[in-house]
Amino acid sequence: MPKHLLLLQAFLIESEASLEQKFTVLKTIVRKTRRIALFMSFYDIYKNYAKLDIKDFFSRIGEEQILRIIGKERLSAEEFLVLLSPVARKYLEHMARKANEITQGHFGKVIFLYAPMYLANYCVNRCVYCGFNIDHGIARKKLTMKEVEEESRSISAQGIRHILLLTGESRKYSPVSYLKECIEVMRNYFTSISLEVYPLETWEYAELIIAGADGLTIYQEVYDEKIYDEVHLAGPKKNYRYRLDAPERACQAGMRTVNIGALLGLEDWRQEAFFTGLHADYLQNKYLNTEISLSLPRLRPEIGGFQPKHDVDDASLVQIMLAFRLFLPRAGITISTRERAELRDNLIGLGVTRMSAGSSTEVGGYASKDKTEGQFEVSDDRTIKEITKLIYQKGYQPVFKDWQCI
Amino acid sequence: MDFLTIGTMELESRLFVGTGKFSSNLLIPEVINISGSQVVTVALRRIDFAPQNENMLNYIPRQCVLMPNTSGARDAQEAVRIARLARASGCGDWIKIEVISDNKYLLPDNQETVKASEILVKEGFVVLPYMSPDLMTAKRLRDVGVSAVMPLGSPIGTNKGLKTKELVKILIDEIDLPIIVDAGIGKPSEAAEAMEMGAAAVLVNTAIATAGDPVSMAEAFALAVKAGRKAFLAGTGVVQDYAEASSPLTGFLDRIGS
Repeated sequence: MPKHLLLLQAFLIESEASLEQKFTVLKTIVRKTRRIALFMSFYDIYKNYAKLDIKDFFSRIGEEQILRIIGKERLSAEEFLVLLSPVARKYLEHMARKANEITQGHFGKVIFLYAPMYLANYCVNRCVYCGFNIDHGIARKKLTMKEVEEESRSISAQGIRHILLLTGESRKYSPVSYLKECIEVMRNYFTSISLEVYPLETWEYAELIIAGADGLTIYQEVYDEKIYDEVHLAGPKKNYRYRLDAPERACQAGMRTVNIGALLGLEDWRQEAFFTGLHADYLQNKYLNTEISLSLPRLRPEIGGFQPKHDVDDASLVQIMLAFRLFLPRAGITISTRERAELRDNLIGLGVTRMSAGSSTEVGGYASKDKTEGQFEVSDDRTIKEITKLIYQKGYQPVFKDWQCI
Repeated sequence: MDFLTIGTMELESRLFVGTGKFSSNLLIPEVINISGSQVVTVALRRIDFAPQNENMLNYIPRQCVLMPNTSGARDAQEAVRIARLARASGCGDWIKIEVISDNKYLLPDNQETVKASEILVKEGFVVLPYMSPDLMTAKRLRDVGVSAVMPLGSPIGTNKGLKTKELVKILIDEIDLPIIVDAGIGKPSEAAEAMEMGAAAVLVNTAIATAGDPVSMAEAFALAVKAGRKAFLAGTGVVQDYAEASSPLTGFLDRIGS
């Protein structure tokens, strides 16, 4: 029997979920698979565009194309790639004006705020760029339910209503049943709960949705299959396809929001941003019921001291954001505290719709006294109050609540 | 007086306003005061009841009718749940149904909207469904007992104006309920255009909230809505392509005598 069927069988027979919950999960899977009977995967699109010689493509772009593309309402994949080109760099201001107009029309003068909460840092993977790498002799910890409660109380007291819960990859220490338990506690404190955890099966996503989760963030890290293999030395994360299809599985399970991204710095950013945009477009077209959004995480210093091979300067980050906005006018765009305060402040108005605030990347970083190592170093360490004030100064309204569990 | 009756309410103002896109909630009472708006829509998903945060409801003047909306609902069932939650949290009986299962264009799902409307009317809500202007859907909505029909002028947030004019006109002619143009109105002149052709009211959010000066823009919209309404009541003149004097087709009747 294929592995995913074995897991489904295990869920149906062994899980402590109620019969009613099991039935709902089954029903969801049947309904979704029927609706999307035979489908391709984004992998097919990736494979197709991976053949494209991007350098050659860029060398044939004329400047006269750029303004014409900026003026268009709907862009093709190739036009999106033109906006990521070196030639388009000279037109950032033009792109920014258009991006500002589109963002204000669709989202208004508001910035949504959220905070991350690290539940556990146990991890079985060897990812060369990550602080939670199994090889790092850092203190490992997982929050007890009492601690989850304390962390939740501490973050929500500051006004945060949307929470993003994170773990490393460990089916032993942070299994789906643990996530479920955490969600059930967190539901009393937050109106929207998103997950940023190792890739799951469709029915596992469905199970967590029933428990109260409504969003998923999962970064492919790097779309280039070869580089992906090089930076993920060992562990289940080595499976490129399984990770690539995870956002799609979440859509099939009925997740309300799915947020994707590439870890910028692992490979040429123009190519990586291109694939990220295509991936979002693919999901958006196929799963109309799910809100697709994008993140632009740049590699940050972490305990392992990994040095990014490809520099992504501020102007490049801005170019990616503007190209995303013009290609995907209604997609949310998230900027986390990976970026420094001064830059984040100036990105407001350029297309960003969501920001994290007052973040800690440590397990128990909000309420606990014993400190652990963070996943990466936070750049913007301002408090939620300070960020709220800044957003108002920029002529935008900070919004803490944009969803509630119904 | 020329009142707009919805449910048991008699409204003087025919400009409804949205609240979701302002740079600050402080603008909401100013916009409402200057425009004289009496109906304000708020997405339940946005209302923050946490004591440490700002609750948008505190910025809406008491005399206004609160019209919570079901933004975020992807099917009838979710819309119904949101409506019930809104009523349970003290937002009153009015509900603007918004069912959107298309996150790309945010166009409403008419079928699910009809289903949700039917259930909520039975539960005693004053139901105002947001819809794509389609005559058959509007008839079904009327049959299940909604209090008004709210067709879109163009996709939400686009400020493109009354692109669906011909279809909305048909609803105005055929449906004996207030037709309120919701979404897409970008300029006061477009609001006036909708009112001139007989819309009962217009709902504006983006065009006011994202204007350089939202308060002035709200005033401009209020004036345009009044002007358009007055023109409609006055009966606009017939538009002609040629001067009145000549009758090239029937002039012969005079010449040949009868």
